[in-house]
Amino acid sequence: MLELKGIEWTLPGGEEILKKIDFTVPDGKMTVITGPNGGGKTSIAKIIAGIAKPTNGTILLNGEDITDWDITQRSRSGIGYAFQQPVRFKGLKVRDLMELASEETLDESRLCSILGEVGLCAQEYIDRDVDASLSGGESKRIEIATVLAKKGAKVLVFDEPEAGIDLWSFTNLIDAFERLKSNHHESLLIISHQERILDIADYIIVIADGKVRMAGNKEEVLPGLLEGESGTNCPLGKGERGGAA
Amino acid sequence: MDEITKEMLKTVSDWDGEAEDGIAYNIRENGQCAGRRSSRNIVIESKEDAPGLIIRISPKAQKETVYIPACVTHGGVDDLVYNDFYVGAGADVTIVAGCGVHTDNEGQAKHNGIHRFFLDKGAHVLYQEKHIGTGTGTGFRRIDPVTDIELGEEAVLEMDTIQIGGVDRTFRKTTAKLAARARLIIHERLMTDGEDEAVSDFDVTLEGEDSGVDLISRSVARGNSRQDYHSKISGNCRCTGHSECDAILAENGKVNAAPELFAGNIDASLIHEAAIGKIAGEQIMKLKTLGLTEAEAEQKIIEGFLR
Ligand SMILES: Nc1ncnc2c1ncn2[C@@H]1O[C@H](COP(=O)(O)OP(=O)(O)OP(=O)(O)O)[C@@H](O)[C@H]1O
Ligand SMILES: [Mg+2]
Repeated sequence: MLELKGIEWTLPGGEEILKKIDFTVPDGKMTVITGPNGGGKTSIAKIIAGIAKPTNGTILLNGEDITDWDITQRSRSGIGYAFQQPVRFKGLKVRDLMELASEETLDESRLCSILGEVGLCAQEYIDRDVDASLSGGESKRIEIATVLAKKGAKVLVFDEPEAGIDLWSFTNLIDAFERLKSNHHESLLIISHQERILDIADYIIVIADGKVRMAGNKEEVLPGLLEGESGTNCPLGKGERGGAA
Repeated sequence: MDEITKEMLKTVSDWDGEAEDGIAYNIRENGQCAGRRSSRNIVIESKEDAPGLIIRISPKAQKETVYIPACVTHGGVDDLVYNDFYVGAGADVTIVAGCGVHTDNEGQAKHNGIHRFFLDKGAHVLYQEKHIGTGTGTGFRRIDPVTDIELGEEAVLEMDTIQIGGVDRTFRKTTAKLAARARLIIHERLMTDGEDEAVSDFDVTLEGEDSGVDLISRSVARGNSRQDYHSKISGNCRCTGHSECDAILAENGKVNAAPELFAGNIDASLIHEAAIGKIAGEQIMKLKTLGLTEAEAEQKIIEGFLR
């Protein structure tokens, strides 16, 4: 279980990006964070992964305070993060990243099954450089696969996994998330604007303007969200709707 | 053969000095020949007028390999060698030419290899050159290779060169002339650290129609080391030239890159790309999210970059 308690993140210039964020990511469930652009979703993910340090608040992993842990320690304790913007390298191959993530040498069949989750054929991709020669959707799918390959995963965070991904690969990805969900080992935290992802969520958290606007079971949150969508104004900017979990 | 030579051979040529029957080789150790064999299609002879070899590769040589490593195993050695390669029309060979310099005292260990390549029509050569400096001495480990390349029509030379580390000083000079439809592909990788200094200089002239060069240099400068990179590609006809200089800086490393392109014909198409900087922070961050420490991440990124 991952808990965020009173998380605040203020930039050196004084701009408050996150304002007292509280929520819990329960074990073996799928929690989806959604909300308008610039609301603070990626900032939350970075704070969970240890890439950004909160100004205030605590993060607990299974009750243990991990707020001061660095990125490496958090990763080794089971936190995985698939970046919104995949990172490109010069000279690292798809196989290299997968093997670093899984901490073992992977044979072709294992690579095939991991890359298959994101709809990529291993033979074509394992020796490709993870550089600018990959298309946007290809690098995004490889980014996701590095997290699916992660050894000892406990909490997996995916930041807009749908972005740039074609319909067919997206269907594969949804299947992969559902499989992860059904084995009840890993907690999934998915940042998404996609209805199909919201549909398979157990819990939904709406983040806007650096605050939790709504949080709860999918059944509670989703109808309100969809209702908001049909209006002319985004209701999420108007103030509190529902409380924090 | 010296134990140090044996060790260095493994590193610079992935070879233990034991050649299967029919494989041509020449091992140079401290300026002396420590073993030589010609094969049916590759004949190695000593030069009459200067130290070095003449290597004649017949057109019949197909998918053959020849090893010509050189090692300097102690300080106080200043080895100079002239090797000429004549590659017959249509031959297809790999030439493995590693070089290691070792010193355990205050004496300098130096190797100067002057290599000339003459490729006839349609010949194909993969030239592999790995350089390393080893030993605990304070004497400089120095390797100054000069490579002159003449490519006949449709000939292809791929030059794969890497300086792994431990070489205090290097001055590399590569010149090439290309006839019609010839292709030259150079991959250079240079790693410097401590107080190392490296200079690499390329001068490529595209003389024949539709000739092409692809010159890719990747380097890492760490510690207080310094690298200077100059390249000049001249296109005097319809031709293509591409050079790319990518350098990673760490600690107080310094890199000066000065590329030059000359187009003497309206159909010459020449491109240069250069990027110098430290490792992108997001690359380190990504690898840390996979469980690597900062130092491990840096190491991985550099290893991949120089691969
Ligand atoms: N390092 C930074 N420096 C300045 N502003 C930042 C920084 N990081 C985030 N922000 C700002 O914080 C706000 C939240 O950004 P964040 O990336 O968390 O949004 P998001 O909810 O993920 O948006 P999107 O849906 O577009 O991905 C934005 O206004 C963004 O510009
Ligand atoms: Mg975002």
